[in-house]
Amino acid sequence: MLAIETIDLTKDYRTGFWRKRYKRALDSLNLQVEAGQVFGLLGPNGAGKTTTLTLLLRLVFPTRGTARILGKSFDDISVHARVGYLPENPYLYDHLTPEEFLNYMGELFGLSAAERRRRVGELIERVGLAESRHVPLGKFSKGMVQRAGLAQALINDPEVVFLDEPMSGLDPLGRREVRDLILALKAQGKTVFFSTHILSDAEALCDQVAILCYGRLQGCGDLHKILGLSVSSTELVLEDPAPAALAELASHAASIVRTGARVRLEIAQECEVPKALQIALQHGIRVVSLSPVKMSLEDYFLAKVAASPGSTTRSES
Amino acid sequence: MMTRVTSIAVHTFKESVRERVLYNLLVFALLMIGAAILFGTISVGIEQIILVNLGLSSISVFGMLMAIFIGIGLVSKEIERRTIYVILSKPVARAEFIVGKYLGLLLTLLVNTAIMTAGFYGALLYQKRGLGLNDLLPLGAIYFILLQLAIVVGLAVLFSCISTPLLSAVYTFCLFVIGNFLSDVRWFGQESASPLLRGLTDLVYYLLPNFSDFNVIAQISHGQSIPGYLWVSNSCYALLYVTVLVSAAILVFEGREFR
Repeated sequence: MLAIETIDLTKDYRTGFWRKRYKRALDSLNLQVEAGQVFGLLGPNGAGKTTTLTLLLRLVFPTRGTARILGKSFDDISVHARVGYLPENPYLYDHLTPEEFLNYMGELFGLSAAERRRRVGELIERVGLAESRHVPLGKFSKGMVQRAGLAQALINDPEVVFLDEPMSGLDPLGRREVRDLILALKAQGKTVFFSTHILSDAEALCDQVAILCYGRLQGCGDLHKILGLSVSSTELVLEDPAPAALAELASHAASIVRTGARVRLEIAQECEVPKALQIALQHGIRVVSLSPVKMSLEDYFLAKVAASPGSTTRSES
Repeated sequence: MMTRVTSIAVHTFKESVRERVLYNLLVFALLMIGAAILFGTISVGIEQIILVNLGLSSISVFGMLMAIFIGIGLVSKEIERRTIYVILSKPVARAEFIVGKYLGLLLTLLVNTAIMTAGFYGALLYQKRGLGLNDLLPLGAIYFILLQLAIVVGLAVLFSCISTPLLSAVYTFCLFVIGNFLSDVRWFGQESASPLLRGLTDLVYYLLPNFSDFNVIAQISHGQSIPGYLWVSNSCYALLYVTVLVSAAILVFEGREFR
């Protein structure tokens, strides 16, 4: 079952003093996110990640296209009852304590007083704000505000959680906790749709990723398939080879890097691998490792970003 | 639906009672009412007229200032601080948000007017050393002040959806002042020979909020009661005008985008 589907979703913003020019923030986005998955929307700053999220939540309106969330049109705000959302750098009510704030959010979902009490207590513990439950949010650090923001996104026990840059402003410990929280949500069968430009987070969490650049979808798919798709080269690590052997090996390797006693050879052509290995064995060199070098998410991301055309700006005629 | 509107209204009330400007204005209003006793003592024979006149005027002016100062930031502050993102991502219709905000501010003004009314009656009791049935007359004027405030809050909420807080304050204040002189504006047009000017003043008279009939402070201070038709016409006018203003605010807010 699809949790989120966008069809030709497009957004133009008016710019300029007379607002007669258009800047395309999102261009014909077609995405399908299966229920229960962790989906990462990746892209550099200004790629259209936040625009996608705000479109899905009807905070801005599309120029063209539509979307469906949990089988319902995104126009139908009743679907918001089954959705949670953490905006980027959330601003919460400074005068409220986390308890009061979460209680207010619970009221907006129509939760009963007993249910609110239970959920608020549970979430405050879960995001690590138990010690600060009576401190006004205005006195919170950025990381603590982020935690309170995460708690409000989960107050209704949502089926789909939208998180806009959830790790932003968090220290390594906080990032680890958010990662664990996302994985726990996945284990509960929730769909998590999050935007990030921190690739290690996406690599650690996502089942699927989509890469946006200048508002256009550059690539989308199963993360493990993407990363397992191409073996860019083979890495051969040898223990202290003799200079003569190394000279012989040089013709088969694209690069040779010595680190201490070890030498790392990068072999670009697959057919060169047995030849290099044979030379090493003939010279009695100890082979430390032989491994294929797979494309990292960063390599994939950079390749996609580099291949993307520039932004689209058009003037109204 | 009602739960969400009530919840937003209660939250707005709690938020606005934390505004320092509210307490400053309230203290000033109570001081003015207190000062009315002083003015009364130096006005031989018309002490009560002075007290009622000054007391009710203070309630009206300070109530209006509270409505403007808090009302203008009501929606724009939520947008500026981006708390609106969190609210509108919940199953909250934009219309519910606006109505909740409006009712919350109205509740704040109702409570503050009640406090100022208590201060006013305290001053009256101090001056007269006792209250009679006739002293209930100012309550009619206070009801009309509340109706005016309901319209001013509607204006403030509408402008708050369209413009910056500063401009919203200017627009609301200007309309409040113009609204108090609308009858004179129309009279001026009718006296004119130019049909264009007559048409223009008529248009302004019917389009802008007309507060002329809401000001009964002078009559009340002279012990005259409010005619029955005025109770009905003012109540209906305020209800209609508030409905139009809040509907316009909703219409504007429905089309707003939050980037």
